[in-house]
Amino acid sequence: MLHVAIATRAFRRYSTYRAATLAGMFTNSVFGVIYSFAYLALWRANPTAGGYDSVDAVTYVWLGQALLMTVALWGGGTTDGLAERIRTGDVAIDLYRPVGLVGWYLAADLGRAAYHLVTRGLGPTLLGLLLFDIRLPASTAAGLAFLLSVVLAVVVSFAIRFLVAASTFWLLDDAGVRVMSGALAMFFSGMVLPLTLFPGWLGTLAHALPWSAFVQVPNDIWLGHHEGALLAALGFQALWALVLLGACQVVLGAATRKVVVQGG
Amino acid sequence: MNQPLVDVRDLSREFVVRRRVAGRRRRVRTTVAAVHDLTFQVGAGEMVGYIGPNGAGKSTTIKMLTGILVPTSGHLRVAGLEPSRDRMTLARRIGVVFGQRTTLWWDLPLRDSFELLQRMYRIPDATYRRNLDTFVDLLDLGDQLDTPVRQLSLGQRMRGDITAALLHDPEILYLDEPTIGLDVVSKGRLREFLRTLNRERGTTLLLTTHDLQDIEALCDRVIVIDHGTSVFDGELSALRGRGGSSRTLVVDLVDEAPPIEVPGATHAGSDGPRQWLRFPADVSAAPIVAAVAARYEVADLSIQEPAIEDVIRDLYAR
Repeated sequence: MLHVAIATRAFRRYSTYRAATLAGMFTNSVFGVIYSFAYLALWRANPTAGGYDSVDAVTYVWLGQALLMTVALWGGGTTDGLAERIRTGDVAIDLYRPVGLVGWYLAADLGRAAYHLVTRGLGPTLLGLLLFDIRLPASTAAGLAFLLSVVLAVVVSFAIRFLVAASTFWLLDDAGVRVMSGALAMFFSGMVLPLTLFPGWLGTLAHALPWSAFVQVPNDIWLGHHEGALLAALGFQALWALVLLGACQVVLGAATRKVVVQGG
Repeated sequence: MNQPLVDVRDLSREFVVRRRVAGRRRRVRTTVAAVHDLTFQVGAGEMVGYIGPNGAGKSTTIKMLTGILVPTSGHLRVAGLEPSRDRMTLARRIGVVFGQRTTLWWDLPLRDSFELLQRMYRIPDATYRRNLDTFVDLLDLGDQLDTPVRQLSLGQRMRGDITAALLHDPEILYLDEPTIGLDVVSKGRLREFLRTLNRERGTTLLLTTHDLQDIEALCDRVIVIDHGTSVFDGELSALRGRGGSSRTLVVDLVDEAPPIEVPGATHAGSDGPRQWLRFPADVSAAPIVAAVAARYEVADLSIQEPAIEDVIRDLYAR
């Protein structure tokens, strides 16, 4: 119950910044339109690139825009607050609480993600539906699997962002690591280009890395490319989620044992 | 006291520091002891001041007492628990207030922070409501409950933080600079509240501060720490008698006179008919007063106690 309460309050917390939300929705929409035309040009040259047709490709663009903030692709989210609290030493207060830090921040991040999904996710997608030919999920099952996949995407992304934030315990500032992690996420999530376009071993590698769980996997579930292998796709995300959350616990344990909480 | 609430014996915590040294390419590792062979006990219901200069090891001690820092060596028990191993269990029995850090959720109304804490500490509804009503009333927070924390004044935020730390009925409350930045009226009210808390609920208070008026107003007992180890542990009145400190007898004579000479005291200055005599703080003033009154025609007498600041400065300087 505590974690539900944390999540609902995180949702409310983000909803207090209305102007930022509107500005963000506008940005997502503009990029959605630009990317859509770029992809349409690409698929006119090669109508079956990556195993997608042009409708798949434009749908992929808008799903990507919807997931960008939801999974906090290039950082942001509640883990930024955590990094700041480690930097200033305020994390000491969090550690006094009779609650695990990972579960607590995960709950808050899921609340945040829910807010970003219904605002910065749904809003631009509706515009995309009006302006372009967009594919809807093949079945109710695919739609539900997509939602579950988005939750898992947020968890995997959270775990990576948590590890980045936790590096502050040792590095005193996580800015460098965050930029690097954001660049990796941008490329290997399939946000810039679908991973199905990557040739040979690079494609194989990209599909196996945890970042593919951010965008590529949920998008392919929506588009029906995992039809018949839904469980394998969701299992891939769940496995990375478990492994990375375990890593978060280990790193946090090492941090609290060894490192001084900064500031007095 | 058969079992002290806080039991610290020969506690040490070292940090490894890497430092650049001129002429050496690699940084040199040195070990610094932030806390060294620290020993003290605190019984249930005590109000103890824990003071020392910056870098003396106060925060390191508090971090070990709350379990977020593991001691290098020594014995440490709080409420019978080993803090670093039983951090989660201990967390339900202690409260922590930092003057310079807030435990409240910045963007949400005060009430939301309290409700989250209720779930976090699994506080029964009846207890939660009773405590909230009591503290909101005593700390005058009624009008602020639905205000986002970022809009509160420092004094209001501080009172919110104290309420937050007490909702789960902790046995022991650690306060780190609780009055920092507050105006005189707010400080006074806060101190009054803490006295009430200790008297009516028996809550044990461990207070670190640089404001010695906090100590004078609240604590019967003071532990002074310097360079990671305890340099004084006792009653505030005993601290005054320490450190070679002296009291001053202010004598107003009827007429101007040459410097007064009496046994046991030394002349420290004259200003017209007024003279100052200094004598050791642990010596009775009575024979000196009697000697002065016997030899001179005195209009008025008063005794100045040594300022606690001076005493502590003497202790640090050793």
